Amino acid sequence: MTLLALPTRRDEAWRYSDLDALAEAWPLNPPEAIRVAAGEEISRVVVQDSPPGSVAVKDIAIVLEKGARATFHVLNIGGKLGRVSIDVTLHDGAHFELGGAMLGGGEQTLEIVTTLNHIEPNATSNQVVRSVLGGKATGSYLGKVAVARDAQKTDASQSVKAMLLTRTATANAKPELEIFADDVKCAHGATVGELDAMALFYLESRGIPTADAKKLLLRAFVGSVFDDIADEGERTRVEAAAQAALERML
Amino acid sequence: MLQINNLHAEVDSKPILKGLSLAVNAGEVHAIMGPNGAGKSTLGYVLGGRPGYEVTEGSVSFDGEDLLAMAPHERAAAGLFLGFQYPVEIPGVSNVQFLREALNSQRRARGEGPLSGGDFLKLARAEAAALSMDAEMLKRPVNVGFSGGEKKRNEMVQMGIIAPRLAILDETDSGLDIDALRVVGDGINRIMRAPDKAVVLITHYQRLLDYVKPDFVHVLEAGRITRTGGAELALELEREGYGAVAA
Repeated sequence: MTLLALPTRRDEAWRYSDLDALAEAWPLNPPEAIRVAAGEEISRVVVQDSPPGSVAVKDIAIVLEKGARATFHVLNIGGKLGRVSIDVTLHDGAHFELGGAMLGGGEQTLEIVTTLNHIEPNATSNQVVRSVLGGKATGSYLGKVAVARDAQKTDASQSVKAMLLTRTATANAKPELEIFADDVKCAHGATVGELDAMALFYLESRGIPTADAKKLLLRAFVGSVFDDIADEGERTRVEAAAQAALERML
Repeated sequence: MLQINNLHAEVDSKPILKGLSLAVNAGEVHAIMGPNGAGKSTLGYVLGGRPGYEVTEGSVSFDGEDLLAMAPHERAAAGLFLGFQYPVEIPGVSNVQFLREALNSQRRARGEGPLSGGDFLKLARAEAAALSMDAEMLKRPVNVGFSGGEKKRNEMVQMGIIAPRLAILDETDSGLDIDALRVVGDGINRIMRAPDKAVVLITHYQRLLDYVKPDFVHVLEAGRITRTGGAELALELEREGYGAVAA
């Protein structure tokens, strides 16, 4: 969606954002439009690793025709404001899959914002987002699911977990359900936690130095998000970028 | 090998160990028995270096080195192994990955080269087989979904792979059925009964001591050792109870 005026904190989709940083990038480019024809399938990997201090806002608008499928993997690690927003319209029996990770430190503000418009019956969606935040970073996931009156048998799920490495980092998880049909399944789970001190001690007690032990635990925490990237080269590249981002934070 | 002198330690500002002294020489097996809340697990955690377990007085030396000055991973590299009463579940990290990293970290700390993937797997499979653990469990995430007995067996597999010189085993017998108890007992004997190794068994019950015969039995009560004897002391404790024996 194209906004004319700079948003304010009162705009739900921007309430946790860095609006000063956003002003530098305003006005935004129009969203990249993707249409997946009936029965077709696409997969995309989005790596947002803009240079430090930059502002990167990526908008994608997807229409999934009848029975179409889209699988997105998003690694959001760069810039002082790094935002990836995906707006999806799902027709009958379409499926949207998201695996996302936000890994940030310093003063970074990282956001993954999704709006899923289930406008016809039988469409399904599954979103998994993991964040690791250090320093004074803020990581926000805003996930809106709108189910139209006719969109019976919608099955939408969200799993959001954040790990804070410092007391000054912030994680926001905001599921928003707007449901006008009566036969739907919408599940969402969100947790925010710290590294498990007992797990850390267990690893150390077997001889693994603290920094390596933390790395192991964080890698496991983010781990499965990118497991199902089909292209092996791409998967290796994303995992390496995620790994490097984690190492910068320790 | 291990020399504990007048050890005082507290957790959350609450004194738990109150002047504990113990000397363990190479080739010995010591059992530490005592009622709930006496400080048995605290002793294990203090020796392992768990954060939050504050030593307020006394000293611990391991092969003449100040153990308390070392970080937990340095203690492991120096040859100390802590068997956990409640082994921790680590989702997303496989047993193999965990143990290989642990072993190679220790080797690196000692200035030795890393073990290759193939050599490591051979070692891990042999240890799993020796402890009647299905080799498939090596691929599973560390302790995730393991039963109480499987977790304890996994601790012993880890001990076999790491091959420490001093093992502090905190209630390794709890949660084990009779058959598993024998397997674990045999494992401790096979891995640790050697002239250059030593074991401290922390336990509530006598039954593990049927399989791993201790050279010394100590009664730990209210943060200090109140009585020391031979293997027969464990039987006496089992018969009479802690209250009667210590009084």
